[in-house]
Amino acid sequence: MSSPSRVDRRRLIRGLAAASAALTVRPSIGSAQRAPVVTRGVPSSGEALPVVGLGSWITFNVGNDRVARDSCAEVMGAFFDDGGRLIDSSPMYASSQEVIGYGLAKLGKPGGLFAADKVWISRGSRGRTQIEQSRQHWNIPRFDLVQVHNLLAWEDHLPMLFDMKAAGQLRYVGITTSEGRRHHEIEQIMRSQPLDFVQVTYNVLDREAEDRILPLARDRGIGVIINRPFREGALIRKVMRQPLPAWARDIDCANWAQFLLKFIVSHPAITCAIPATTSAAHVRENMGAAAGRLPDEAMRRRMIAHVEAL
Amino acid sequence: MSEWWTYTLSDFLLFSPRTYYRLFELYNADIWPAQIVALALGVTILVLLPRGGAWRGQAVAAILGASWLWIAWAFHGERYATINWAAVYVAAGFAVEGLLLLWVGLIRNRMQADGQSMDRVGLAIVLFALVGQPLIGPLVGRAWSQVEMFGVAPDPTAVATLGVLLCAAGRAFWLLAALPIAWCVITGATLWTMGSVDSLVAPLAAAICVVWRIWRQR
Repeated sequence: MSSPSRVDRRRLIRGLAAASAALTVRPSIGSAQRAPVVTRGVPSSGEALPVVGLGSWITFNVGNDRVARDSCAEVMGAFFDDGGRLIDSSPMYASSQEVIGYGLAKLGKPGGLFAADKVWISRGSRGRTQIEQSRQHWNIPRFDLVQVHNLLAWEDHLPMLFDMKAAGQLRYVGITTSEGRRHHEIEQIMRSQPLDFVQVTYNVLDREAEDRILPLARDRGIGVIINRPFREGALIRKVMRQPLPAWARDIDCANWAQFLLKFIVSHPAITCAIPATTSAAHVRENMGAAAGRLPDEAMRRRMIAHVEAL
Repeated sequence: MSEWWTYTLSDFLLFSPRTYYRLFELYNADIWPAQIVALALGVTILVLLPRGGAWRGQAVAAILGASWLWIAWAFHGERYATINWAAVYVAAGFAVEGLLLLWVGLIRNRMQADGQSMDRVGLAIVLFALVGQPLIGPLVGRAWSQVEMFGVAPDPTAVATLGVLLCAAGRAFWLLAALPIAWCVITGATLWTMGSVDSLVAPLAAAICVVWRIWRQR
């Protein structure tokens, strides 16, 4: 049992930590009382990243529709207002990169942006050209992270990406897969290549990555980005039919999105999750998962049991 | 593509239903009043087709060929390609079909209907593509501004083409029907993946045309 003095000291430390963290919250209209954003360090550099990012698969592919582009810019604005940094896209996502570029220009090039994109082309010799085209779509000086999308021609692309990193043309290198595909190959690449990030699918129901990928990422000092946290919306539609359990308040969850995201980002190997949305209200809900308490191991098991029983 | 068996149609869908149907809304607004012209050309097909004869067959082929070329450029190339990188290949397919229709039907004059024994199923398919198919979207709850009409939108144009080919293509049927049938399958798969309730309309129309054509050949 703790003595009263030790409890007081602990409270004091907690309070100081909270106050210190609060100073790091991005100032924004209406966000003066917002809780500090939970961050996790990129293993290879120690750079702190908010544990919730923003994906762009399907949601930002709106073509030349000006109204929809403005709506995407609004989503991005809410994301940055709430302390978000990492936005992820790919040349595979059709107009998504241009729409991100449109949003960034409209928002005045937010300084906190962590730009993550991918190279997705079967001919290795065309990789640099594609990355340059992507950069022009985003209209930024350089990408922070470039990943080999779905391991396509990774043997050609990875050496090129490491060269670009060495030349200062990007900061981090990664590989991606989704929905549990090619995990064996992902593992081999994680063991043999000096990767900064790996991107895989993981959520409260799809936990295959827990077996080998996530432990290996911790061992090798590789950051982990999680895609499809809501199974492209299917998971959240499933759980939304039921009320949020009262005990979710114990980990500061106000809605199901936060429940599902907090499960993901509470895994110690995970750097951030990248839910995609077309709604500014939903991005604010998602960013709420990067605030307050995260579940411990016992609570994570309870979360799994609860969702599996729904 | 390794582990291909783990992929589903939804893995290839790059856009949301909202974005897809907004594409038609913006397209319709951009090209207005081309829809009126297209509808008039469709009615012209319905008038010319049952009467048969060389020049009428050429006129019908010219209308269809021009429609496929227009859709290749204005819809697939200029609009659909902004949300689907595969649309450039679809545009090429539509352009090939347009050129085939012009070559076989207009230049070589091989698309003459028999005015004495008109294929009523083919004619009904054309009528459906002109009048019925465009109404389905609004009937299932989509906005009138997103209506898909013959001559400017791919689905009713493909279905109408199959109807015309039943009436007038003769031996060139399979050559000219291959791409419209392929499109009906592709659009059906796309709409089905998006959860559209009318996803089976174009594939069913194509299936009726194929089955009827095979039945008639026996």
